[in-house]
Amino acid sequence: MPKPGGSAASSPLVGGSEEPTLKEISIPGRRAWSLTPLDVPEIELDLPEKSEGRVALPEVSEHDLVMHYTRLSHRNFAVDLGAYPLGSCTMKYNPKVCDWAAEHPAFRDLHPATPESSAQGALAVLLEAERFLCEITGMDRATFQPPAGASGELTGLLLMRAYHEDKGEERSKILIPDAAHGTNPASVTLGGYEAVEVPSNDRGMVDVEALRGLVDDQVAGLMLTNPNTLGLFEENIVEIADIVHEAGGLVYYDGANLNAIMGVAKPGSMGFDIVHSNLHKTFATPHGGGGPGAGPVAVHDVLVPFLPGPLPEADEEGVLRWVMPAKSIGRVHGKHGNFGVVLRALTYMKALGGDGLRRVSERAVLNARYLEELIRGPYDLPYDSPCMHEFVASAKTLKKSTGIRAMDIVKALMDEGFHAPTVYFPLIVDEALMMEPTETQSMQTMDALANALLSIADRAATEPDALHAAPVNTPVGRPDEASAARHLRVTWRSDDD
Amino acid sequence: MDFTPHTSADIGEMLSRVGLASIADLFGHLPERVRVVGDLDLPAGISEPELVAAITALAERNDDLVCFAGGGHYDHYLPPTVRSLNMRTEFVTSYTPYQPEVSQGVLQALFEYQSMVCAITGMDVANASVYDGAGAALEAVNVAVAATHRNVIWVSEAVGPQVRQTIATFAHARGIAIVEHPIVAGVTHWNPDAVGPPAAVVVAQPNYLGAIESYGSAVEAAHTRGALAIAVVDPMTLGLLRAPGEAGVDIAIAEGQPLGGPLTFGGPGVGLFAVTEGLVRRLPGRLVGTTTDDNGRLAYVLTLRAREQDIRREKASSNICTNQSLNAIGVAIQLAWLGPDGLTEVGRQSAQKARYMAARLTTIDGVELAHPAAYVREFAITLPVAPAVVIDAMAKEGILAGIDLSADYPELGNGLLIALTEQRTKEEIDAYIALLREVIAHA
Ligand SMILES: Cc1ncc(COP(=O)(O)O)c(C=O)c1O
Repeated sequence: MPKPGGSAASSPLVGGSEEPTLKEISIPGRRAWSLTPLDVPEIELDLPEKSEGRVALPEVSEHDLVMHYTRLSHRNFAVDLGAYPLGSCTMKYNPKVCDWAAEHPAFRDLHPATPESSAQGALAVLLEAERFLCEITGMDRATFQPPAGASGELTGLLLMRAYHEDKGEERSKILIPDAAHGTNPASVTLGGYEAVEVPSNDRGMVDVEALRGLVDDQVAGLMLTNPNTLGLFEENIVEIADIVHEAGGLVYYDGANLNAIMGVAKPGSMGFDIVHSNLHKTFATPHGGGGPGAGPVAVHDVLVPFLPGPLPEADEEGVLRWVMPAKSIGRVHGKHGNFGVVLRALTYMKALGGDGLRRVSERAVLNARYLEELIRGPYDLPYDSPCMHEFVASAKTLKKSTGIRAMDIVKALMDEGFHAPTVYFPLIVDEALMMEPTETQSMQTMDALANALLSIADRAATEPDALHAAPVNTPVGRPDEASAARHLRVTWRSDDD
Repeated sequence: MDFTPHTSADIGEMLSRVGLASIADLFGHLPERVRVVGDLDLPAGISEPELVAAITALAERNDDLVCFAGGGHYDHYLPPTVRSLNMRTEFVTSYTPYQPEVSQGVLQALFEYQSMVCAITGMDVANASVYDGAGAALEAVNVAVAATHRNVIWVSEAVGPQVRQTIATFAHARGIAIVEHPIVAGVTHWNPDAVGPPAAVVVAQPNYLGAIESYGSAVEAAHTRGALAIAVVDPMTLGLLRAPGEAGVDIAIAEGQPLGGPLTFGGPGVGLFAVTEGLVRRLPGRLVGTTTDDNGRLAYVLTLRAREQDIRREKASSNICTNQSLNAIGVAIQLAWLGPDGLTEVGRQSAQKARYMAARLTTIDGVELAHPAAYVREFAITLPVAPAVVIDAMAKEGILAGIDLSADYPELGNGLLIALTEQRTKEEIDAYIALLREVIAHA
C-alpha cells in the first residue's frame, strides 16, 4: 500500500514549544544590523519635528533573530507541510520556480517609477499575463492594480457605476446570492450601493424566479461566482445573465472559483461582463500567511475605457507604454498592483500552457468528486448534485446524533496532520464543512484524508469527549477567543502599563 | 510542466469510484453553450529549463539602474538574513490563521509586527496589514467617515498624487468630497475657510516633496473641527522624526515596502495602519490578540472578528480579506534586525546623503531646491530642462534620476523628486551630479 509522502497521517506536522516574544528576548546592546559607515561629510541635521529618545524596538543578535523566526515557522501549518483542503481558498501547491522568477533581481529591484524604456520586461510581463487571463476568462482587457479579490470586487463595482453614469443613469442596488462570500456585500457597501440578497433554491442554485422579481431599473448589476460557493455549477447561468442584462444591469464574476473551469468554460461565454481572478488561488501564487494576493479585473470591450490605469500598450514601434484609458475610473492601487504576484502567476501559466491549465481544472474537479464520494454517508451532502472543484458537506446529522459539531471535526482533523476545511461557510448550510482538495493532492492523500474524516465520524459516537477536547497534538489547544476580545492585548507594549 | 500527481492508473481508479467513464464526463452537466470548444488559444506548456530561459529573457528587457527614486518606495539594504527568514516556506505557503492551533507561528509574527508598528509610530493599536500605502489612506478615510458621520475630507496637496488619486477613485462612489489644501513654501497651508467640517485632515510626513510638515498645524486643523488627523509617514524617518502618535495623530499609515521588502515594481508592499485606542473597533482587516488555550497556555488568535466582512458582511468596517501578511512579517523581521539604533542610523545616513547631494546639485546652473522647507531624505529640485529629458538621458547611463513632478505639480515647472537611502554611495552621488551637469549643458 503506497504511503502518501509526508502529507498525511504523520502528525504532528507542527510543533515546538512556546516561543518568547522578541521583546522578551531583547537585551540592550545586542544588535543584528550592519551598515557601511557614512561616506559623505557629516553636517548638523537641523530638523524640525525631531524625535526625542530612542524607538522602543527589540535589540537582538542575528542568531537570536534567526532562531526566533525559525521556531515560529515550526509552529505553523502550510501547504508545503501537508494537505490544506480549505474550501474557497484553493490551497494548491505553489511551484518553487515561480518564487525564483519573483526573486530575479531584474524584477525584484525594479523601482515602480522606472521609465517605460527601462522597464520593458515588466510591462511585457503584465501584457503577457493579461493575454492569458483574457483568454481563460473570455474577456478583452485586464487591469492588474487590484491587490486582492476584494479589491477586484470593489473595482468591478466602480466600473459598473462608471458605465451607468456614462449613460446618464443612476442605479442604487447590487444583487448578490445569499451564499456569497462576505467580501461581496462588504464591497457593495464600499462601492456606494445597497446589497440585495437573492435566495438560493433547494438545489443550491440561484432561484431564477426570485431573481426575476428582484430586478428593476435600480439594479446596477449582479455579483456571482460560478461554480458557486456550494461548489455547484449554476446551470441557468445564461438565463441569469440575460435577466440582469435585460434590466440594463451588468454581471460580475467573482473568480474565487475559477480553478474549476479553466479551458472548460469561460465566464465570457456565460454572460459575465466583469471578471476578477484570484491569482493566489487559481494561479498558484502562495498565500503568505494571509497575503499578498492579486485580484486582476478583466472586462468586455464596452468597459475597457473605464478600467483603472495606466495600462501597458505597445506603440507603433512595438515599445510598451503606459496609457490611461479614456474614461478611467482612476487608480485603485498606489503603483502597478502586486506585480511580484503577477509575475509568479505568469510563470505558472507559461509552465502549464493552455493544455496544462485545462488539466488543472479537470483534476481539481476529479479530486473533489472523489473525496466527496469517499466521505458520503457519515457526512451529509445537502446539495447532492455533481460538484465541481469543491463541495460543501454538513455535520448536521452527526451533530443531532452525537452532539459533535463541524468545529469539533476540523479540530480533530488537525490532530491527524491535516489542515481544516473551511467551516460554517457558506452561511446557508448548517454545520458546513467546505472542502477543496485542489488538483495537487494525490489520490493517496485523499484516501488518508477521507479515512481520517470517517474515523472522526465513528469516534463522534464512541468518544465524543475526546473530540470536544481536540486538538491535542498541536502547539496549543482551543483558545478562549471570547477572552481575547474581552481582555484586548494586541501589542507587547500594553505589558508595561 | 505539470504539478499534479495523478498517474493514469490513479485517474482510472478515481473515475471508476465516482462512476464516470471519462474526464469529459465530469463536465457533462454544464450547458453546451458555455463550454469551450477545442483548446484555449494559448501557448502549450513548457519544461522548467525552457521556462527559466523565457523568464530570464523577459528580465533582460529591464535595465539595472542606480536608484535615486522614492515616492513611497525606496531602495534600502535588504539583508539576506531578513529575506530568507521572511521566505520560510511555513510563512509563505500558509493562509489566514483561521485555525489558531496550527497557526501560532504566523499569529505571533503578526502580533509582533503590530507591536513594532506601534513602537515606531507611537500609536496604540496596529492591524495586521492592509494592501499598500494608498490602500491604507483609503481605509483611513473610511474609518474617519464612519467615526464622524461626515463626508468631507481635507487632504494636503503634498500628499502623494497616487495616494490622492486612489482616495478619489473610491470617494466618488460614496459621495465623499475631497478638499485639497495648497502647498506654500513646501508645506501645507490649511485653509481655515475650506468647505467643511471635515471627517479627516490628511497630511504626509515628510510630505511628497520631501518637506517636513508641522504636525501641530495639521492636528490642530483636525481637532478644532472634530475631525481625525491622518498622517502618511515614511517609516524610515521614524528614527529621526517625532512619532505621529506623540504628535496627536489619530491614524498613522505608511507604505511599508522600505522595511524588509524588495521594490518589485511597486508591489507587493504593505500598508501599515495604526490608530489610537478609541478607534480599535473601527479597524479594518485582521487583528491578532492573545488569550489562553484550554490548558492555560498562551495562545495567539485573530480577535475583534465582529468587525470583519465574513461576519458583518455589508456592515463590515472594510471589505479586506486577503491582505499583505507576508510583507508585514518582513517589516517585523527587518525592524528587529535594525533595532532602535539601526533604524536611526538608516535615517541619519539617508538624510546626510540627501543634504550632501542637494548642496552640490544646486551648484549646477539653473538647478534649485523647489522649496525652502527642511527635508529628511527626499527633496525636490527644479531643472532648467524638462524632467522627462533628464530621466531618459540618465537612464541610458544607468541612473534612475528620480520622479518627474511636472504633471502633478505644474506650479513647480520642471520639478524632479530625488530620494536617498543609505545604499547610495558618495561615488554614485558624484556621478549623478556630473552626469546631470552634462545633460543640462547639452539639452
Ligand atoms: C468566494 C470568494 N469571493 C471573494 C473572496 C475574496 O478574495 P480575497 O481574499 O483575495 O480578497 C474569497 C476569498 O477569500 C472567496 O472565497
